[in-house]
Amino acid sequence: MSKTLTQKILQKHSDEAVERDGQIVQCRLSLVLANDITAPLAIKSFREMRADRVFDRDKIVLVMDHFTPQKDIDSANQVLGCRAFAREQNITHYYEGGSCGVEHALLPEQGLVGPGDLVIGADSHTCTYGGLGAFATGMGSTDIAAGMALGETWLKVPPAIRVNYAGVMPEWLGAKDLILMLIGEIGVDGALYRALEFGGPVIDALPVEGRLTMANMAIEAGAKAGLFPVDERTRAYCVERGRPAPDFVLAADDGAPYERIVSFDVTGREPVVACPHLPSNVKPVSEVADTPVQQVIIGSCTNGRISDMRDAALVLRSRKVDKNVRCIVLPSTPAVWKQCLREGLLEIFMDAGCIVGPCTCGPCLGGHMGILGDGERAVATTNRNFKGRMGSLDSEVYLASPVVAAASAVLGRVAGPGQL
Amino acid sequence: MNYKGKAHRVGDHIDTDAIIPARFLVTTDAVKLGENCFAGLEPGWVKRVRKGDILVAGRNFGCGSSREHAPIAILGAGMPVVIAHSFARIFYRNAFNMGLPLMEAGDETANIQDGDELEIVAREGRIRDLTRGFDIVCPPLPESMSAVLNAGGLVGHVRKRLGKA
Repeated sequence: MSKTLTQKILQKHSDEAVERDGQIVQCRLSLVLANDITAPLAIKSFREMRADRVFDRDKIVLVMDHFTPQKDIDSANQVLGCRAFAREQNITHYYEGGSCGVEHALLPEQGLVGPGDLVIGADSHTCTYGGLGAFATGMGSTDIAAGMALGETWLKVPPAIRVNYAGVMPEWLGAKDLILMLIGEIGVDGALYRALEFGGPVIDALPVEGRLTMANMAIEAGAKAGLFPVDERTRAYCVERGRPAPDFVLAADDGAPYERIVSFDVTGREPVVACPHLPSNVKPVSEVADTPVQQVIIGSCTNGRISDMRDAALVLRSRKVDKNVRCIVLPSTPAVWKQCLREGLLEIFMDAGCIVGPCTCGPCLGGHMGILGDGERAVATTNRNFKGRMGSLDSEVYLASPVVAAASAVLGRVAGPGQL
Repeated sequence: MNYKGKAHRVGDHIDTDAIIPARFLVTTDAVKLGENCFAGLEPGWVKRVRKGDILVAGRNFGCGSSREHAPIAILGAGMPVVIAHSFARIFYRNAFNMGLPLMEAGDETANIQDGDELEIVAREGRIRDLTRGFDIVCPPLPESMSAVLNAGGLVGHVRKRLGKA
C-alpha cells in the first residue's frame, strides 16, 4: 500500500503498524525540546509526575532564546530554574548566553536534528525540522515533560495535504513567499489536524535553509507538521553539520493517499506580504505598497539564517534605511552572526543605518528588543502578525521575506526590491 | 462534571497571543496568568468574568503558540470549560492535559449569544442554552483524551506509568 511521508516517518518510530490516518500510535522520540518560556512549566510538570531522571540526557535540548539576553527579573529567574534543572539532570544540550541562538535555527545548524527523526518541542515552530525530513511538532509543556520522562509520546496519524510548486522562480521570490502563498490560499486553519507534504520541481531546487523557512510556517496553516523529502541537498546539509549522511531514501510513495493536493505555478509571481492581523491575509506587495512603516525586523526562526542575511544585505548594500524607520537585524545564531561578520554583512547593515542586535526571539513575540508603540507598523521576516503580537494592541505587523523587509526599510513603506 | 454559567463570546481564530500575551509569560502561576487572560484581545477583558462562567469561541480557537499558559490563564480566570466551533490542535491537547475540558460544537456554536445562561452536562456532551431554550450535543471525546482526563490529567497519567501513583 502506498504511504505518505508522514506515515513512513511515524512508522520508523512505532512498534505498532501505521495503517491509516486518524490512528493513534505510541512513538519513540529522537529529541525533546523546550525554551525559557515553556521549560519552566515542563520542569514543574516533570516534578509533579515524580519523575527522577530524563529518559536520555543527550536527547533533551533546552534553549533559553525567547527573552535572551534576560529582559527583566522574572525572565532571569525563569532561566535560573532551567539552568539548575539542566545541571541536576546533566543535560548535554543546554544553551544560554553566548552559546544561545534562536532554537529552530540552532538545532539544525548544530546537527541535533536530522532526516527521519521524530521531534517534539514545547514551541509551536518545532515543525521547522520538517525541512530536513523530520516529523517534528509543537506540543505544550506537560506533553514535553511526559516526553522527557518517558522518551515516547502518543500521536494521531494526521491526514496529509500535498503541496506542489512548479514553474520558474522569479528573481526576488523566496521560500517565504512560497509558504505565505499557501497560507493565503488555504487559510490559517486550512491544514488543521493535518500534515503538509511539499514537493515539485521548485522544491527539489530549493536549498535546505529555504525548506526550513517553509516548514517553520506550517503551523500558521494549523498543520501538525510540514514535511520535505530527504534528497541530495538534505544529505549534503547533514554531512556539513557533522551528522552521518542518512543511509535511507525518504519520500512519499507514488499514489500516496493524500487528502487534498494544492498546486502552484510560481512563474511571474511577485513577492507577497501577509497583512494584519492573520498570516493568511496575503497580498502581492504592489497592492499595499503605499503603507508607511516605522520598524523592520530581519531575523527569527523563520528568516534569520545566513542565506536570509545575505538576501537582506544584497538589498541594503550602498543604500540607507529611511530616517523614520528603525531597522533591526538579529542573526539567529552565534554561528550566523560570526559568518555575517566574516562576510562583511554587518558592515553593510551598519552603513545602511540598521541596529544589529543579539541572537534572540525578542521582538517576534513582543518580548523585547523592538516593541511597537501605539499606531506603529512593522514589516518583519517573522511568522506571526496577530493583533498585538509585537507590542501595542494598536500596532500592525506585515510578514515578508528578507528582501521585501530590507526594501521596505529603505523606502519607509511596504515595498519589494523591484521598487528600489 | 456539570457546569452552569454565563457565556462570554469571542470570535474566530483567537490566538494564544490574544489569550495571554507573551510579555506576561514570566510566571507559571495560574492566578497571575488569569488576571491577564485575554489582555491581548482587549485590556481588562477578564473583569467581566465571574467564577464558573463559560467561554464560547468561534473557529480554530487557540491557534498560534504552544504556550500551555493559555489554558492555565483561562482556568485561572475562573472559566472551567470552553465551547468552540473548532480548536487548534496544540491548544486542544494542552487544555485536556491541564484539566480544562473542551467542547467542539461546530456550526451550532453560532446560536449561543454573549451573556446567555448555559448549562453543561459533560457526560452527555450536552450544552443547554437556558436563555434561548435549545440544546447542542457534541461528538464524544476521542479515546486518547478521555484516558488522560480519567487519570486526572497527563501528570497523573504519567505518574501511573512511572509506578509512582
